[in-house]
Amino acid sequence: MPVTRTVGAEAASPSSAGSAAGSAVSVAAARAGARSRLARRVVARHGHPREWVWGYLMVAPLALGLAGFYLWPIVQSVYYSFTSWGAFGGQQWAGLANYRAFLSDPQLPKAAWNTVLYSLLLLASIPLSIVFAALLNQVRGRSVGLYRTLYFIPVVSMPAAVAMVWRWLYNGDYGLINYLLSLVGIHGPHWVSDGRFAVYAMALVGIWSVVGYNMIIFAAGLKGIPRHYYEAAQLDGAGRVRQFFSITLPLLSPSIFFVSVVTVISGLQMFDYVLLMLGRSNPALADSKTIAYLFYEYVFLDHEQGMGCAIAVVLTVALLLLTAVQFRVQKRWVHYA
Amino acid sequence: MRSQRLWPVHVLLAVGAAAMVAPFLWQLLTSLQTLGEATHVPPTFLPGWRWSNYAEVFTSMPFLRQFLNTVVITVVRVAAQLLFCSMAAYAFARLRFPGRDVLFLVMLSVLMVPSQAYLLPQYQILMHLGLLNTLTGIVLPGLFSAFGTFMLRQFFLSLPLDVEEAARLDGAGPVRIFWSVMLPLAKPGLISLGVLTVLWSWNDLLWPLVVTSDAGRMPLSVGLATLQGEHVTDYPVLMAGSLLASLPMIVMFLVSQRRITEGIAFTGSK
Repeated sequence: MPVTRTVGAEAASPSSAGSAAGSAVSVAAARAGARSRLARRVVARHGHPREWVWGYLMVAPLALGLAGFYLWPIVQSVYYSFTSWGAFGGQQWAGLANYRAFLSDPQLPKAAWNTVLYSLLLLASIPLSIVFAALLNQVRGRSVGLYRTLYFIPVVSMPAAVAMVWRWLYNGDYGLINYLLSLVGIHGPHWVSDGRFAVYAMALVGIWSVVGYNMIIFAAGLKGIPRHYYEAAQLDGAGRVRQFFSITLPLLSPSIFFVSVVTVISGLQMFDYVLLMLGRSNPALADSKTIAYLFYEYVFLDHEQGMGCAIAVVLTVALLLLTAVQFRVQKRWVHYA
Repeated sequence: MRSQRLWPVHVLLAVGAAAMVAPFLWQLLTSLQTLGEATHVPPTFLPGWRWSNYAEVFTSMPFLRQFLNTVVITVVRVAAQLLFCSMAAYAFARLRFPGRDVLFLVMLSVLMVPSQAYLLPQYQILMHLGLLNTLTGIVLPGLFSAFGTFMLRQFFLSLPLDVEEAARLDGAGPVRIFWSVMLPLAKPGLISLGVLTVLWSWNDLLWPLVVTSDAGRMPLSVGLATLQGEHVTDYPVLMAGSLLASLPMIVMFLVSQRRITEGIAFTGSK
């Protein structure tokens, strides 16, 4: 509607400019016309100035809060990553020194590998939760709610509490896991204080605590697949397994994509369990640190803030790049119905 | 026919459910034993009914204090997020003003960045304000949420326009429409965000860990984390304490199960 009106006004102006009523008058009129046209276009696109005021006022608390506590700090972190910090406060420009120090940090290869390994292991939660979601989708009645509740309890439990329980289960001398292993003749290690096993032990807890969350997303995705696809496939003689791979998986791919992006992002930021399940004085800590743990150590324990911020910047860039790559690659395998 | 083929499904689901719940049952069992029973090899599978472990939680750490801290932190964060996010989300969804979409994208960029990228400057802000080691300090950054704004904006966009249009024709201004028309309509979205925020706030660890050093000012998550660091090895008491710390969230989940699952499914579909 507003578009046709502007087009009409523009079509009308050349004919009025054609009259010989004095150029100054017609220029002024044209200017006034242009101004009101502009104003009308602005109002059509952006609303009335009275609406603007309310818009800005309603956005203001959030915008100021996010700007002050998040956006500006991000800028500061980037700046800090190029500075070195004196013992008595105050920063000096250090150029790329922090980045160079980080790249040659002997802890880096192990920490980077642990972070990637943990994220990859965490991805195992996806097939697991798809299977459970597909199973849950077969069940009707009250038992659905019961299963969903039981699977979700690990998701809502406090990580600090969950870590405590698992540390107890993993305990080398009195833990339930090693007792069960001993029943089948295996002498279990000290899971969380042995550098060879700690990352795997943490990943198992990570998977256990996220299956219920992923399952709910996949269950919602499965609900969205129309029944008649399966009926048609059945008529064509496709078995259950064939149906799963030819109908369920492709149509579930948007959910799989979402969950894998979230999983990778959270996996690469792994920090909680290193602190909670291993602890600072654990002999396995040196072999089990993650990038996010290195950040915490440099900034808040070793007071090497510049170095810590360089790690934060590298982690952020890596996350953004990886997410961008995932969005690129998704075009090849994600089907939007 | 159908029920016959369903029993393997139930068996598999039950095995999974057992794996999910077993650690909690073991925790409960240990929490009711003496230290001697808990560290007995082979393990004893009978509870000693030692309820005094639960009483000891309150004497061996400032549990009650930290519990109340956690409640206060959570309530303030939820209230602030619901207010600020819903106001901004409504404006982003329905009001027109120059720069709106750019501003929204800028706010959203916070979601793409890991917390490590703003943690240190946030800490410095609190230090300058003299708010380290205070509840106010713990609460401050979490009053604002890009995620909540995004979620509620999607929710407002999904609401029908005609109710709002009718209110406008009746002469109601943006604030009135927001407060008396849209907020009541957005109640399911607000409840979902509220529940997710409670969950996040209750379990949040890194930020309160960094800004508190005083046991009396810590939330439960940090309290438990530092207990672990001190190598307290009275496992039954630790199990009792961690069970008590998780219990409120488990109860909240049981009560508002539908809201949580709907909220998660909603964020998953956008």
